[in-house]
Amino acid sequence: MKYRLEVDRIGCDGHGLCADLAPGLVTLDDWGYPMVAAGDVPADQLRTARRAATMCPKLALALRPAGDGARRRPAPPG
Amino acid sequence: MTIVQARPAGPDPLPGGSPRLTRTDGGPGLAAHLARWGPLRVPADLVAEAGRAGLRGRGGGGFPTADKLAAVLAARGRPVVVANGTEGEPLSAKDRTLLQRNPHLVIDGMVAAATVLGADRAVLCITDPASAEVARRALSERTGRAEAIEVLVAPDRYVVGEESALVNWINTGRPVPTRIPPRPSTRGVAGRPTLVDNVETLAHLALVARFGAAWWRQAGTAEDPGTMLATVTSANGTAGDRWVVEIEPGAPLDGLLPAGPVLIGGYSGTWMSPEQVHGTTWTSASLARHGATFGCGVLATLPAACCPLAETARVARWLAGQSAGQCGPCANGLPAIADALDQVVAGDRSGRAAGLVVRWAAMVDGRGACRLPDGAARFVASAVTVFADHLHQHRRHGPCAGVGHPPVLPTPGLGAAS
Repeated sequence: MKYRLEVDRIGCDGHGLCADLAPGLVTLDDWGYPMVAAGDVPADQLRTARRAATMCPKLALALRPAGDGARRRPAPPG
Repeated sequence: MTIVQARPAGPDPLPGGSPRLTRTDGGPGLAAHLARWGPLRVPADLVAEAGRAGLRGRGGGGFPTADKLAAVLAARGRPVVVANGTEGEPLSAKDRTLLQRNPHLVIDGMVAAATVLGADRAVLCITDPASAEVARRALSERTGRAEAIEVLVAPDRYVVGEESALVNWINTGRPVPTRIPPRPSTRGVAGRPTLVDNVETLAHLALVARFGAAWWRQAGTAEDPGTMLATVTSANGTAGDRWVVEIEPGAPLDGLLPAGPVLIGGYSGTWMSPEQVHGTTWTSASLARHGATFGCGVLATLPAACCPLAETARVARWLAGQSAGQCGPCANGLPAIADALDQVVAGDRSGRAAGLVVRWAAMVDGRGACRLPDGAARFVASAVTVFADHLHQHRRHGPCAGVGHPPVLPTPGLGAAS
């Protein structure tokens, strides 16, 4: 089973703990908000990814099965 | 086997350039509307017919209308229909024009959608008070299912037109986007499956219902069928310089407005250079070659005397102010981009500010709950590319004379033109 890390943008407060816990998977942007590496989480990093998700103080990071289309974004305004 | 009802032939034998949504002979009243189009018929297979027509959303997303209808039909619960006439894009006037000239066609589309979905609630959301008044007057002429349509005057805010924000506003009074999922099609207004369609999309649906897919596809191209309303803004930014046209896809772009760089798709859109405009047609494939899409059908040019970078910087500042502030990259990134663009305009000699605009545009792209940051990123990044020579002039010689030009692109609330 393949998994991906997903950020709940509204929930995320930019604590940045995820980048400390999973530096190979998450980096921080210029304002301290997480940028998740594209693609599936490598099998040998799944434990790290799950830990980062569990430890997020806002529970805004989730490890989800890849390809379920869970967090596609809505249409633009206009 | 499905029995397809015989449908009347359409009254305007396109191709031939006859207008559809801009056909207004006799005025906006019900009698004239019925004289133009005849009574509404809603075929039982309207969802499939919309699919055969290839009708796509006209609010900016371009999502296949039949797929949206099917998603609402497949969800559990009694559906709700929401017509989106909020038109938060400052350069767009096509939705309010349609509502004021042809309100009954929009109402017909809502009735058609509500009928085929079995919806018992339909809400028409409009920001412009004058258009809302015309819609109310039109509804007072109607009987039957249309009597149940409510008109709501939505707050004048860019993000309210985003699907989840509109549903959130109806539900809670807060006009800000929500997490997806759930999508409105599965859980929307009052927790019920909700169809949110742009008012122009619904007007087209009303024509597909009446005359069928084959007639509807007589306009446009095989890939981009039907007509499209577009708002053209040209020259000096006074009110008379904006007009609404009905375009048949396939039309050459440089025939639609004067020469010069063109902004396609409004403030979430793409700048194109005069060289790019030349040879481009109003089709999704041709626009895509330059990173542009139909969007909500906005085309704009600037007067030669103004500074395109100053215009871009002011719009970027406006966009930053339109952020709901819910998502970190958007709330922080958009003001940072606007600051950097101000430095570019002021003549940043180091070149650092232009680099930051590019860096931060890429950084905010795709990182919001809605697509406001994506659109802002596309807008500013395309400006840096298309106005590269002009940017170089600012860097070498400081701000150009055009910086003192009165504001052209509208930025309501920031103190700008029309």
